[in-house]
Amino acid sequence: METLRTLPGDDLRQILWRFADRFDLQMLVQSARSVARGPVARLVAEGARNSHEWTEQKAQLLKAFDESGITTLYMDPDQGGYVEGPKNLALALVAFELAWVDGGSATCSLAGNLALAPIHERGTPEQRDTYMHRAVPPQPGEDRTIWRGAFCLTEPLPYVGVETGLLSGKVRIAEWEEGKEPILQVEKRGRFITNMGFARFVTAAVDSGDDRIKGSCMVILEETDPGLFDRGVPTRKLVHQLSSTRDPVFNLRVPASRLIGGYTVTNGVIVPRYSHGEVIEAVFRRTRVTVGLMTSAKLLSAVEPVIRYQRGRFRGGETITPGSPRYELGLQQKEDVLHRLVDVWATGEAGASLGFAAARLFDELDPLERRKDEIFAAQGIGGGSAQTKALRRLQKEALELLALSTSPAGARDENRYEALQSDPLVQFLVLDSQANVLCPACKLWNTGHGATMMREAVSLMGGYGITEDCPGFLGHKWMDAQLEATYEGPEAVQRRQLTVTMTNELFLEQLRMWIAEMREVGFRRPGTGACTLASAMEAWLWTLTHLQGATDADGAKLYHGTRQGVTFPLADALCWLLASRYQILDVLEVEAKGPANPVVAEGLAGLVNFLTDLCHIQAARAAGEAGRICAELVHGYNRHPAWDGEGCGAGCHLGELDPLDWIIPAAGGSVGAPSEGAAPGKPHPAKAGPCVRFDGLEQFVRLRLKLDGCLTGARLAKDRAATALTTVMIPEALDYPA
Amino acid sequence: MSTGYQIIVCGSIVPDPLQTLEPVVGPGGPALKNEMMLPAVLDPWAGHALYEAAHLAKNTPGSKVWLVSLGPKAKLQQVMMTVAQKVPFELVALDGPAGGFTDSCEVAAALAEAIQAVPTLDRSRLLVFGGWESASRGAGATLQMVGERLGILDQFQGVDRLTVGNDGWLTILERIEGGKHQVSTCAGPPAVLGWATGHLPEPPNNPQVGMANMRTIMPSLQRAKAVRVGAEGVTFARVSLPSQRRETRVVKDRSADEIAREIVAWMRQ
Repeated sequence: METLRTLPGDDLRQILWRFADRFDLQMLVQSARSVARGPVARLVAEGARNSHEWTEQKAQLLKAFDESGITTLYMDPDQGGYVEGPKNLALALVAFELAWVDGGSATCSLAGNLALAPIHERGTPEQRDTYMHRAVPPQPGEDRTIWRGAFCLTEPLPYVGVETGLLSGKVRIAEWEEGKEPILQVEKRGRFITNMGFARFVTAAVDSGDDRIKGSCMVILEETDPGLFDRGVPTRKLVHQLSSTRDPVFNLRVPASRLIGGYTVTNGVIVPRYSHGEVIEAVFRRTRVTVGLMTSAKLLSAVEPVIRYQRGRFRGGETITPGSPRYELGLQQKEDVLHRLVDVWATGEAGASLGFAAARLFDELDPLERRKDEIFAAQGIGGGSAQTKALRRLQKEALELLALSTSPAGARDENRYEALQSDPLVQFLVLDSQANVLCPACKLWNTGHGATMMREAVSLMGGYGITEDCPGFLGHKWMDAQLEATYEGPEAVQRRQLTVTMTNELFLEQLRMWIAEMREVGFRRPGTGACTLASAMEAWLWTLTHLQGATDADGAKLYHGTRQGVTFPLADALCWLLASRYQILDVLEVEAKGPANPVVAEGLAGLVNFLTDLCHIQAARAAGEAGRICAELVHGYNRHPAWDGEGCGAGCHLGELDPLDWIIPAAGGSVGAPSEGAAPGKPHPAKAGPCVRFDGLEQFVRLRLKLDGCLTGARLAKDRAATALTTVMIPEALDYPA
Repeated sequence: MSTGYQIIVCGSIVPDPLQTLEPVVGPGGPALKNEMMLPAVLDPWAGHALYEAAHLAKNTPGSKVWLVSLGPKAKLQQVMMTVAQKVPFELVALDGPAGGFTDSCEVAAALAEAIQAVPTLDRSRLLVFGGWESASRGAGATLQMVGERLGILDQFQGVDRLTVGNDGWLTILERIEGGKHQVSTCAGPPAVLGWATGHLPEPPNNPQVGMANMRTIMPSLQRAKAVRVGAEGVTFARVSLPSQRRETRVVKDRSADEIAREIVAWMRQ
C-alpha cells in the first residue's frame, strides 16, 4: 500500500486550504515564511525572548514586517495595500507562517491589525482613510513615519478578565461650545495591551461617565493628544516575548470626531454610532480565528523536529552502527512514540482545517455583511437590536432555503430556490449562523486542546524539549499556546458564546445536513472515519435535544445559561466534531484536485492514504470524546439507584434488561444485574449496586452502541500512519536556526 | 536609441539544499528520490545573476530583465512565488526537466532558441547572464554554449563584479585560479556573463514587485513550451553525492599559521 513519501509541501497545502488559484496568497505565504524563518527565528535563537522590554533588537521585526508586505496586507489597494477583497484567509496564512516559528511575532503583527480593526470595521470613511493610510509604510519619496497602533480593551483589576461588557475607563465632555465640536476627556487604564511599547495611536474602549454621552464607545487616542499618554510598565508575561505588552494609562483630551463610527446629537446628548460591544463583536469574530490557527501551526511545525530527534536519538554511540535499525530508526523502533506523534499531527491537521475553513467563511461573509448593512441602512434600520429583529423575521426563509438545497434539482420549486439563494440577507443569515459557531469553536478547540497536544510534542523530545536549544523551539511554543488559549477571549468566553450560537435552529439544520453528508462520504470513502463522525454528530444532536427538555434528579432544567456544567461540555464536544469534519473535507479536496497538479500527483496515492488515516484517527478520537461527554450528560444528572425503596424502583428489575440483549449481548444477566438480588425473598448480593433503567433513553443507548462500533478500524489506521512516520523522507536539517 | 540593456538571465530550479538528496535509478535513468515532490529553489548561482541583472537595470534607464527558465512548470510556478517578489523581471518559461541528469548541450539549445524568440530583442544591447555553474551539477558548460549559439564571443565566467563606465565600457571582475581575480574590459554588449556570487545580498521580498511580475509570469507559465532535454543515449556509470567528512576539534593554544598548516596537511592526505 502506498504511503507518505515526503512531508507535505506548499503544493499540497494550497489545495488543502483552497488557495491554489490565489497567487497573491501564495506569494504572501512565501514572504511571511522568509520573515518567520529568517529574522524571527534568529531573534528567538539569540535569546531575544528573555526580556519583558521592547528592545531595539525586537524592533527589527517591525522593519521586516514592513519590508515584506506583512504590515500593508491589512489595507485595501486604495489604502496602500496589495490584496483585493476580504483578507481573513490572507491574515490567517500569515499568522500561521509566523507562529510556525514564534507565536509572539505573529501576535506583534496581528496586534497592529487589531488596533486598526475597529476603524476598518466600524470607522467613518474619514477615519478609515486617515488611519489606514498612516499605517502603511512610507513609499519611496515619502517623508513620514509609519503609525503603529494598539487595541486597548482589557483593564487592570478589579475588572480584568471579568467580561468585556464592564468597563472602568470613562469618557466625559470636557468642552462643548455652541456650534463647535465637543471635546472629550478620556480616562483609561489598560492591562496586557499589545504593541504598547511603540504604538502612536490607540483604539480604546470606554464607558460614558457623563449624562451627555450615551452608553459606551470606542475612541481613537493619539500619542500627541494633550494630556497623559503613559505607556506604562511592561507586562511581566512569560510567553510571546517578541510582542510588546504593557499596562498603559491615558488621560487625554480628544475631539468627538475620534469616536469610532461617528456620533449624532439627540436632545443635547452625544450618541455614539456604535457601542464598544458592537465594535468588538465585529472585530473579534474575525481575529479569533487567526489566533486558533497559530496553535495549529505549532503542532504541525513540531512534526519534523520530533521525527529527526527520534531517528537520531542513538546515533553516535559506539555500538550503534550505521545501517542497524537502532541507528536508522532510533526511538522510532518503539510504537508508543510513533502513535503519540501521529496524534499530534492529526490534531494539527484538524485544527488547521477548521481554522482555514472559518477564515474562508469570513471571506465569504464579509461582502454579504456589508450588503446587509447597506440594505438595512436604506430601510432605515439601525444597528444592534433593530437589525437582530429584522433578521429574525427572515429566519423562516433561511430555513426554507436549507430545506430546498437538500432536495434534488427538479423535485423542488426552482424559482423559489433561486429567489432565496440570491437574497443577500437570507444568504447572510445562513453563513452567519455557521460563522457564529466556527469562530468560537476554532478559538476554543485549536488553542485549548492544541496546548495539551503541544505538551505531548514537547514530551516526545525528552528533556531536550524544555530547553532553549530544542529544535523548533517546542518548549516556547507549548507555553505560548497557553496565552493563545487566553487572549482575545479566554476559553470560558468561547464556550459561553457557543452555548447560544450552537442552538440556533439554522445551525442545527446545517448540522443535520452535515450528518447526511458524512454518511455519504462514509459510503464512498469508508477509511476516512466519516461514518464514525456522522454517528457522533447524531449522538450529539440527540443529546442536545434531550438536554433542552430534560431536568436533573431534583427537577432543575438542564440546558440553561447558568448550567455551565451542562452547556460547556456540550460545546466542547461539538468543537471536536467540527474540526474532524473539515479535516475530512480537506482530504477529499486533495483527492479530487491533486491529480491536476503534477507535483502533488507524483505521490498522491500515498499522501491521500496517509491523510485519510489521520482523518480516521481524529474522527475516532472526536467521536470518543463526544460520546463520553454526551453519556455523562445524559446519564449523569439522574440519581443513581440504591437498594432502598425509591432506588429499587429506579433500578432494573428481574428480566428488564433482557429486551436489550439484542443490542447489549447478555445485558439481562450482566453488570451485577439486579435480577440476582431482586428476586423476592433473597438478599442483595454485595458485589454491585443496582443497575439504572434506560426508560426514554433507548435511542441514546442505541446511538452510543453504534458509535462504539463505528470505531472499527481506527487503530489499524493509527498503526499504518505510525509506520509511515518511520519511512517518510525529511530534510537534512530544519530550515530555521534553533 | 536607447542606452538601456536587454538583460536575459538564464536560470532554473534546484532542490532545496536542506532536503535529503538520494540518487536512485528510475525508469528514465538516474534521478533523485522523490525529486518532483521536494521543495525547490532558484539555483543560487542563477539567483546571484538575477539580482545583479536587476541592479544593473535599475541603474541604467531603459533596461529590462528577462528570466529564461527551463524546468517542470508546476515547480517553476512555486519557485516564482518567492523569486517574483525579489526584483522586477519578465519570465520566459520552458517546460522540461531541470535535474542534474539532463544534457547541457540540449539545454543550451533550448535556452538559446527561447532567447532568440523574445520579441523586440535588440542584440546590440543584449547581455546574457547566468550562473557560471549550477547547484544541481557543477559542469559550468551550459551558459558558454548558449553564448556560442547566440554568436556572442565576449564571454566571462566566474564574474563577481560588473562596472559600467561612462563611456559604456564594461569592466568585469572574474575569478581565476589561486583565489585571485582577473579584471577584463569589454566595449559593451553583446556579452555573456556567468556569475559567481556577485557582490549583492538577496533582496527582501516585496509583494508590490511580486504582484507586478505576476502579470507576465502566470501567462508565461501557461504558454510554456514543452522541450525535450533528456540524456538519451547517455549512460551514467555511477551517481553519488559528494561524501561528507567532518572532524571537529576545539583548539585554543595554536596560532593561526599552525592551524592553517595542519589543515593543508589534512587536505593533502
